[in-house]
Amino acid sequence: MNPAPLLDVPELKAQADRTRISILEMLAAAKSGHSAGPLGMAEILTVLYFNVMKHDPADPDWSERDVFFLSNGHTAPVLYATLAHSGYFPVEELLTLRQYGSRLQGHPERTALPGLENTSGPLGSGLSQAAGYAYALQHIDDELHRFTYVAMGDGELNEGNIWEAAMFAGKYKLGRLIGIVDRNYIQIDGLTEDVMPLDDLRAKWESFGWHVLEVDGHDVAGLMSAINQAKAVAQKPSVILAYTVPGKGVPFMEYDYRWHGKPPTPEQATQAVAGIRQGAGA
Amino acid sequence: MTEYPIQRSADGVAPVQEPMRAGFGRGLLEAGRRDERVVALCADLTESTMMHMFRDEFPKRFVEVGIAEQNLVTVASGMARAGKVPFTSSYAAFSPGRNWEQIKTTAALNDMPVKVVGSHTGVNVGPDGATHQMLEDIALMRVMPNMTVVAPADSIEAEKATLAIAASGSPAYLRLTRDATPVFTLPETPFELGRAYVLREGTDVTIAGTGTMTYELVVAADLLEQLGIDAEVVHVPTIKPLDEQTLLASARKTGLVVTAEEAQIAGGFGGAVAELLSAQLPTRLLRLGIDDRYGESGSPRELLEAFGLTGQHLAARIEAFARGALATAGAGSASA
Repeated sequence: MNPAPLLDVPELKAQADRTRISILEMLAAAKSGHSAGPLGMAEILTVLYFNVMKHDPADPDWSERDVFFLSNGHTAPVLYATLAHSGYFPVEELLTLRQYGSRLQGHPERTALPGLENTSGPLGSGLSQAAGYAYALQHIDDELHRFTYVAMGDGELNEGNIWEAAMFAGKYKLGRLIGIVDRNYIQIDGLTEDVMPLDDLRAKWESFGWHVLEVDGHDVAGLMSAINQAKAVAQKPSVILAYTVPGKGVPFMEYDYRWHGKPPTPEQATQAVAGIRQGAGA
Repeated sequence: MTEYPIQRSADGVAPVQEPMRAGFGRGLLEAGRRDERVVALCADLTESTMMHMFRDEFPKRFVEVGIAEQNLVTVASGMARAGKVPFTSSYAAFSPGRNWEQIKTTAALNDMPVKVVGSHTGVNVGPDGATHQMLEDIALMRVMPNMTVVAPADSIEAEKATLAIAASGSPAYLRLTRDATPVFTLPETPFELGRAYVLREGTDVTIAGTGTMTYELVVAADLLEQLGIDAEVVHVPTIKPLDEQTLLASARKTGLVVTAEEAQIAGGFGGAVAELLSAQLPTRLLRLGIDDRYGESGSPRELLEAFGLTGQHLAARIEAFARGALATAGAGSASA
């Protein structure tokens, strides 16, 4: 029982484009929200939901599923778009993002929408939630075949809660916990290394007892390979430092931290969508 | 009135004293035996918070998270998503004192049945002083939608409250004390989440207590009787949801209400009763507890005396309030 489609590399690339287009359209309709992070994470979420994870959009609470926790909740648009394209809810509903009465809250609320594993937005808590889930599977229920994934922003690694969780997962050797850091080097006030330097990130995670992988976060084959390597490391938790371009796919947003927390205008979204379609040869 | 048996020796003093956290420890162990989903997480205070009995019987279901209260409740949230019923414990000054936002977002808003157990509340903490005397927790937790807030009166009720929140399916906060306090309820004394109980019927003034203060009010009621004041004692172990019906019925009967708590009265239990009465049945109200200041070092008894919260002090303050109200009585007076 696993109706979620398994896509190959070209199909994954095409899906990441579709996800980006949805992100732009929903943000333009919402007139508020975050652009750069969600666009940069399109390949990460696409690879997880369309290739790596075992899940069933028709049965979101399927007891055999792999689970995904979103820690940097402000990137909700990429998760919503991915869930909708996976079949959890109609793609048309994406345009209700942030509107009154919508199931697509500005930051994800688990109780509002099927497919969400956690409520997040205030930064730094998702790794702990994923670690708690992974702990229960590994050390209490002996369900060693299920994996727990969590995506974090790099800016949120400023939070102490993250490192409390990192220590915890290291101590308990949560080998089926896989973290993915969206390493795009921006946060609201500017570049991460100016606001509060994070490097050497590899050394930091390793010193907490984690297996660290580094990958181009837009290379779907590379992401698949990194995740599979992480799955093979059973004695430690793994973290994948996924180097991404903030605003990826939209030239006027790429690398510009000012697009962290604002949406495109409808005209900008139209232009951006056309650019993505053109780049894809569509 | 529900039958509410309590135990007292001939001199009026409770026959035994025990810390509430001991009742929690027994309750958690029993909850673990009844339901294999129950797990326990502690932040380096396992014996202090009496989780060790559970740990020793269910080592696989006990998780040490170290001195990391933010991680404590967020890991618990993740475990709850995996189908567990997690109890988290620390000193209340740290949990929910330090990790309020995580409790709100990942337990209450996220609707996960995480149980936050705060030991060492009130001035009962004693010599450790103001940093460790959690007085703001009732206010902090009761403003949180989807949160149950329980402050048991003694160790026997703490045990029942632990079993009740284990089975509730919702996030909950359990307020405990460190030092031994009088044990005056009995195994057969009723306890239900969301219910308040009339311990003693009276006509002149309603005196409503939560946590450790209920016993002191029982003592105070005897002293008030000698002074010619017939007090109705109401025990309110569940501060949220508040048993409005029982409180309003008593206030309607006596026309005069006093609240007592070992916590800040601003936003605390007194705050909750003030909100209820002002909206539904405006009634003269005296809130007794800690009034906008921090605690300090001392023995628990010394501190209760300093804050005017022993049975004797409470009786004197309630008497003055009741006599003042009688002197200026209009409609709904205590002489009715």
